[in-house]
Amino acid sequence: MFYFYSMNGFSGGNILKKTVQTCYHCGEQCDEKDLLFYDSQVFCCNGCQTVYQILSENELTNYYQLEENPGLSPRHSRYNHKYEFLDDDALRDSLLEFSDGGISKVVFLVPQIHCTSCIWLLENLHRLDEGVRSCRVDFLKRTATIVFEQDKISLKKLVLLLAGLGYEPAITMAEGDHQKTTKRNFRIYYQLGIAGFAFGNIMLFSLPEYFGLEGEFISHFAELFAYLNIVISLPVLLYSDQDYFKSAYLGLKQKTVNLDVPICLGIIALYGVSLYEIFSQTGPGYLDTFAGLIFFLLTGKAFQQKTYEKLSFERDYKSYFPISVTVIDKHKKEVSKPVKNLTQGERILVRNQELIPADSILLQGRALVDYSFVTGEAAPLEKVNGEIIYAGGRQMGESIELEVVKEVSQSYLTSLWNNEVFSKHQENAITLMVNKNSKYFTAIIVTIATLAGLYWLSVSGLGTGVKVFSSVLIVACPCALALSTPFTLGHTIRVLGRNHFYLKNATVIEALANADTIVFDKTGTLTDTSSTSTYFKGKDLSVEENLYIKSVLRNSTHPLSRRLFESMEGDVLEVSGFYEYTGKGVEGKVAGKTVKLGSAAFVTDDTNTYREQQTSVYVSIDGNLLGYYIFENHFRDGIAAIMSGLKKFRFYVLSGDNPKEKDRIQSLMGSSTSLFFNQSPADKLHFVDKLQGEQKSVIMVGDGLNDAGALKKSNVGIAITDNVSNFSPACDVIMDASVFHKLDQFIGFAGTGVKVIKSCFLISFLYNVVGLTVTVSGHLSPLFAAIVMPLSSITIVLYTTLVVNWLAKRQGL
Amino acid sequence: MSVLFILIGISILVASVFLGAFIWAVRSGQYDDEYTPAVRILLDDVTPKKNHKKEPESISKTR
Repeated sequence: MFYFYSMNGFSGGNILKKTVQTCYHCGEQCDEKDLLFYDSQVFCCNGCQTVYQILSENELTNYYQLEENPGLSPRHSRYNHKYEFLDDDALRDSLLEFSDGGISKVVFLVPQIHCTSCIWLLENLHRLDEGVRSCRVDFLKRTATIVFEQDKISLKKLVLLLAGLGYEPAITMAEGDHQKTTKRNFRIYYQLGIAGFAFGNIMLFSLPEYFGLEGEFISHFAELFAYLNIVISLPVLLYSDQDYFKSAYLGLKQKTVNLDVPICLGIIALYGVSLYEIFSQTGPGYLDTFAGLIFFLLTGKAFQQKTYEKLSFERDYKSYFPISVTVIDKHKKEVSKPVKNLTQGERILVRNQELIPADSILLQGRALVDYSFVTGEAAPLEKVNGEIIYAGGRQMGESIELEVVKEVSQSYLTSLWNNEVFSKHQENAITLMVNKNSKYFTAIIVTIATLAGLYWLSVSGLGTGVKVFSSVLIVACPCALALSTPFTLGHTIRVLGRNHFYLKNATVIEALANADTIVFDKTGTLTDTSSTSTYFKGKDLSVEENLYIKSVLRNSTHPLSRRLFESMEGDVLEVSGFYEYTGKGVEGKVAGKTVKLGSAAFVTDDTNTYREQQTSVYVSIDGNLLGYYIFENHFRDGIAAIMSGLKKFRFYVLSGDNPKEKDRIQSLMGSSTSLFFNQSPADKLHFVDKLQGEQKSVIMVGDGLNDAGALKKSNVGIAITDNVSNFSPACDVIMDASVFHKLDQFIGFAGTGVKVIKSCFLISFLYNVVGLTVTVSGHLSPLFAAIVMPLSSITIVLYTTLVVNWLAKRQGL
Repeated sequence: MSVLFILIGISILVASVFLGAFIWAVRSGQYDDEYTPAVRILLDDVTPKKNHKKEPESISKTR
């Protein structure tokens, strides 16, 4: 579990520790000149130092002993909202789990929880504020359940306390919308427990039978044991195996024969014969085999249900959007209002780092909108007054005033969720391979049973005929067959999860193995938005010119300027007459020379020759155009390797961007890949739909909210994320961006899993041949059944466990 | 040998108690979080020392 924090770079400084200074709190490497010293420790920023101060004053420095540099720098927090809305009664109550006025309970999602220290600190929260009664952390779900006294600490103060420590809770629309904490379904645990109980006890009572003990003394008890077995096995029949009957019934209703049909036939036959034998006192029955069968089947089922609690595969835009927004009312007063109640025409105030909740028109202020999460575009867009700003972007810089033009659910982005793809359940869209073949299987065993039954009927009468008929059904019950799928898939999920490729459930594996088409999103998926490279195109710049440019850039707050500034070396000179033209560029005088930086239209008049192909910044000094800087997206490593590893696939790239990088992608992906640009979120969805209409099985790989429709519609939606506990749109697979280059291996391994299942069918078939031969010849004894059936199950379980893990090792996973 | 009947009864009773205990454990939420308690038990309870500000001084004095 702890690899997460090492991946995030929290312990990245370990190796370099001797040469580079790392922050005692967050472990980040920092510049010599920015260092802060306090209490003989080094800190990278004020935030980190403050947290340390709070902790040391409260005797909580144990925090730093449990893990190395466990802290989170408060300046990195993602959810930087203002919390005035928490004073609003209705909103506050929608967040509280329980409240009697005095004592309240709240469950916060704290995505930053990543190590033992986090658990320790949060559970000692009561020592930082006497209003906090207790705090319980669920590490896997990343939640903190806090019980507090409202008259001593308000919810707002509590959130601020957490945020101050670097553990800012994620309070989004989804949190307030419905009472969350969906209880995990423990039904299978009860079923399994009861089946296990029955299995053990019935075996105990069947011991005399197993050892063939006879005599008056034993037969005295045999009858009692048999009746006790019936009593014990009843809950198994009535409760534990319910789901198999339900599934078989539902299947038959839809005129399909799934694997649960032969299982149910076997169960009925087993139980029926047992009851008959016991009541007619002709034998001990097969109740031990019955309970064992159910127990093994349920074990397989439970094993398959691997859940990643820290991940959520069902998120929609509500988990991304804030719960409230500041509205400016008629009297020019700022009030908090739930985002979902926002109506057209209202004026809202969006501060630095806040999300724009609805499509709106910019009224006032300088908007720099970061759409990186929506489109994956790294560079923030600059908007001027009167322009429409689409929902989902994050404002960077000063506060802006906007007028809402569309309600939240009707926005350009969020209206995607009104598509029927999101409303209908596609739960059983994938028919498992086992179920496809089970109708033949069922037909074959019923035929064999009937023929054998008829034969013995004619040879030695009705009794033997019925007995052989039911025995065939019992032995042929596809126990091994039914176990091979869950265990193989369960192991496959675990192997892939170890490699940071997290599957929603087991059915995804077969869908992955059957896919033949891959659709990639461009920005954020094929490209890595966290790293862009800049280079200069034009005349060679002298050292002085470089200095001039850097000096002017220093004064600008525009993100592109900042990025350029950081990429340049050297000192800075004094700048006079600096001026920033919103949406155009900057100008300043250095050493008597006028330096202009900005868009082509701003720097030069000749916009025909210098049309902007890419994100670029033009430079001129004293009116002479020198050239321009290009910001190029960095493509993820291993794209070519993935392409060559997945030869049978057809590739598509859908980009919301303009086609400025078309040639580059084409050369990277090969000429067989079709590229589409300027795709809206709905276009992407329809594109996937169209491919599926052509009987293609589509894997969609995307990252942002704009891919949400396509991810949902596709056969397998893979969401790429840099940090798995951050938000990712609803999908089937969540993949850590660091393992993108292994995508071909993952898809290949899903195919391996399916092959292992097929080989299990062979083993199961061999068992059935042996079992049926014995049965058809009329020699099925309870002992034989009691041995062969568990043995076949155990063989299958051992086989899949060993083979899947061995193959994983061999494939380097 | 009729004592066996009692023993059989006891054996079923004992087994039922365990089954009941298991069901109770699931119901009472012991399977809700299968990870954190394992970490929590290893964390030391640190009781706050009231005189913590004086301590460093006393150390420096003894030197």
